[in-house]
Amino acid sequence: MATLIIPTPLRKFTDQQTSVNVDGATVQAAVDRLVNLYPALKQHLLDQDGTIRAFVRIFLEDEDILALDGLNTAVQADSTLSIIPAIAGGINF
Amino acid sequence: MSYQLSLAPEVEQYILQQLEADFPNEGCGFFFGTEEENGQLRHVLLAEAVVNGKEGDQKRRFEISPLDYMKAEKKALELGLNLLGVYHSHPNHPAIPSIHDLKQAVPYFSYIILSVQEGRAAELTSWRLNEDRGEFEAEEVKRNNLEALPKKELI
Repeated sequence: MATLIIPTPLRKFTDQQTSVNVDGATVQAAVDRLVNLYPALKQHLLDQDGTIRAFVRIFLEDEDILALDGLNTAVQADSTLSIIPAIAGGINF
Repeated sequence: MSYQLSLAPEVEQYILQQLEADFPNEGCGFFFGTEEENGQLRHVLLAEAVVNGKEGDQKRRFEISPLDYMKAEKKALELGLNLLGVYHSHPNHPAIPSIHDLKQAVPYFSYIILSVQEGRAAELTSWRLNEDRGEFEAEEVKRNNLEALPKKELI
């Protein structure tokens, strides 16, 4: 089973677990499995159409899945996926 | 709900000096520590600068790379601390969260904002996202006598 690393801000939705092991042949399948296990995560990870929110990045090991095959990126049993919230901001103008 | 954030003196100095040096650009970093009272009180024991990865106008915007975020989470686990939040500066602007800060805010994190006026640190504030109301709530910032985590212990 692949390991999904849960970022600190979202751990309250996974019973404070820092990582969750999930089945899934692709990133999409792994994320779907995660939100099935922890439905409260869904609004923070997915848009209404089921795609990953713009403010969330997913890495397979040290690579952004956007540089791979996106949500269709293949996941192995020993893969580590990291969910990473976008951290940005700035002044008003 | 009343939130409090207590800063170790050395940590505050580290943040001030870094963000003054980054002026006129926005500087940023993560901070780590412990919490009690069910998360209402946080003690900041360590701050770590990261590169502002914003392409374009860094006088108005900051951005932290996903890889730097991953490193921060890893560091928190290794040190047995909580990744408590993000700090950044507002060059020649008040230490009040902007619409852009709010749009990007995530739950749980504290957000320290330092107003840097003409290169000198001015006001330091801290905020947490109230998800129900979709707005920031101010945290009371206190100074404590706790020892900051020595940098030499970091690998």
